[in-house]
Amino acid sequence: MASLWEKTQAYLEPRFELSAILDFAKKKKVPEHKLSFWYFFGGICLFLFVIQLLTGILLLLYYTPSVDAAHESVQFIMSQVRFGWLVRSVHSWTANILVGVIFIHMFSTFFLKAYRPPRELTWITGFFLLILFLAFGFSGYLLPWNELSFFATRVGTDIAGVIPFVGKAFKTFILGGPEVSGATLTRFFWLHVAVLPAFALLIMGVHVILVQTLGMSKPIGVGETKEISFFPDFILKDSLGWLIILAVVGAVCVFLPWEAGPKADPFASTPLGIRPEWYFTFMFTTLKLVPAHIFTIEGEMLAIMGFMLGGLVVMLVPFLDRRAAREKKSPVFTAIGLAILLYIIIMTALTYLAPNIGK
Amino acid sequence: MNRRTFVNVFLGGSLLGTVVSFLYPVIRYLIPPRQAESAAKRILAAKVGELAPNSAKLFRFGSTPAVLVNTAEGQLRAFSAVCTHLNCTVRFEGDTGTFYCPCHNGRFDLAGNVISGPPPKPLQAYEVEVSGGDIYVSRRA
Repeated sequence: MASLWEKTQAYLEPRFELSAILDFAKKKKVPEHKLSFWYFFGGICLFLFVIQLLTGILLLLYYTPSVDAAHESVQFIMSQVRFGWLVRSVHSWTANILVGVIFIHMFSTFFLKAYRPPRELTWITGFFLLILFLAFGFSGYLLPWNELSFFATRVGTDIAGVIPFVGKAFKTFILGGPEVSGATLTRFFWLHVAVLPAFALLIMGVHVILVQTLGMSKPIGVGETKEISFFPDFILKDSLGWLIILAVVGAVCVFLPWEAGPKADPFASTPLGIRPEWYFTFMFTTLKLVPAHIFTIEGEMLAIMGFMLGGLVVMLVPFLDRRAAREKKSPVFTAIGLAILLYIIIMTALTYLAPNIGK
Repeated sequence: MNRRTFVNVFLGGSLLGTVVSFLYPVIRYLIPPRQAESAAKRILAAKVGELAPNSAKLFRFGSTPAVLVNTAEGQLRAFSAVCTHLNCTVRFEGDTGTFYCPCHNGRFDLAGNVISGPPPKPLQAYEVEVSGGDIYVSRRA
């Protein structure tokens, strides 16, 4: 007698042709070499995104996006709702870990030169995903309406306002007015739970389809290698990484639950020791160190333009690195990548090790 | 122009028109409505004697924070408390007699001028007027 599983399969097969997908996954090969460890970080990003989606949906049940109730609702989640502290801590910690893993994924892809043809669009969609997830982090940070997030949002949106030509209009658009207010909270909530997830799912879909159809890139100079099947071998190895990450998230949330912080008071002084989420600190510390004026241009404007230019170079690297496109080593781009990475690491470290820098 | 081109242009133009007519209200909807500027021109900031020498008080001036300081010499001065660098709210530090912005370590003297750090401009100064037992702050004309 056929088991329930077999009956279900027999029912679904003619309707969804699942075996075709499975055949594709079995036929798809993943190269195995000394650097294939870095392939796993993309899957970890996807896994963490799913956690974000699920915990975000749970938080929506109790969170209220208004100035009078946002902070109170977060405190309610943390102190009254059963396992509310766990759900919110998992959401906040995973968000931070996810941005970190996206950076690792991006830099490893960069150094392996996986952006070379025909994977230029995979790289560009990945870059957009990085920007989207930074926007997720920035918009989500304000939602508890605590004093750190309030002032971080004031600074962050003011930075957006410095962008030439479109900055002021963009700032008004995201703030919902001239200042950070209740309208800003509503807009950030709207971005965080509706707009950004829609774009993220769309771009992530394209990114994953490209990865699946083009397969994994082999680093330059790696010839014939052993290959493993995507399903089940690679997926099984990938899921080991997911389990490790899940264990780390669980442990961190239990020992270091995410705090709600004091409620924001728009008419109080900025608290001492203020700093944004860690992934923005390299820009934050740069802005501390840049002088008020460089020649006749305001220092902050120059720094922000520098970051935008850096981002543009990173985004367009598949078209700039012509040597890699010809399967030749491109040490200049490796050096540029290393310089950017070192800059981010040093500035981030300075934020925590020398908070009074530039004082 | 042959009939095929005409039909293509006509249908393509209609499609474009339809898309624009759908997008226009959506874009207008997304732009926040202009709100009237706060009418605050003159505000009661404190009572005389409320501030000891070498102390300050933050108060709401329209939609932004402002600071009233009583200097060690007993002079009353008022400024916008919004840092000219990136919009944080400055705090008065009695021990140094300065305004300090913790966001990027900007520092201003009690005339509102930048002493150190990245702020490009001085703090916006307001007029202070003592009337009876009240201290009023107003925008400079």
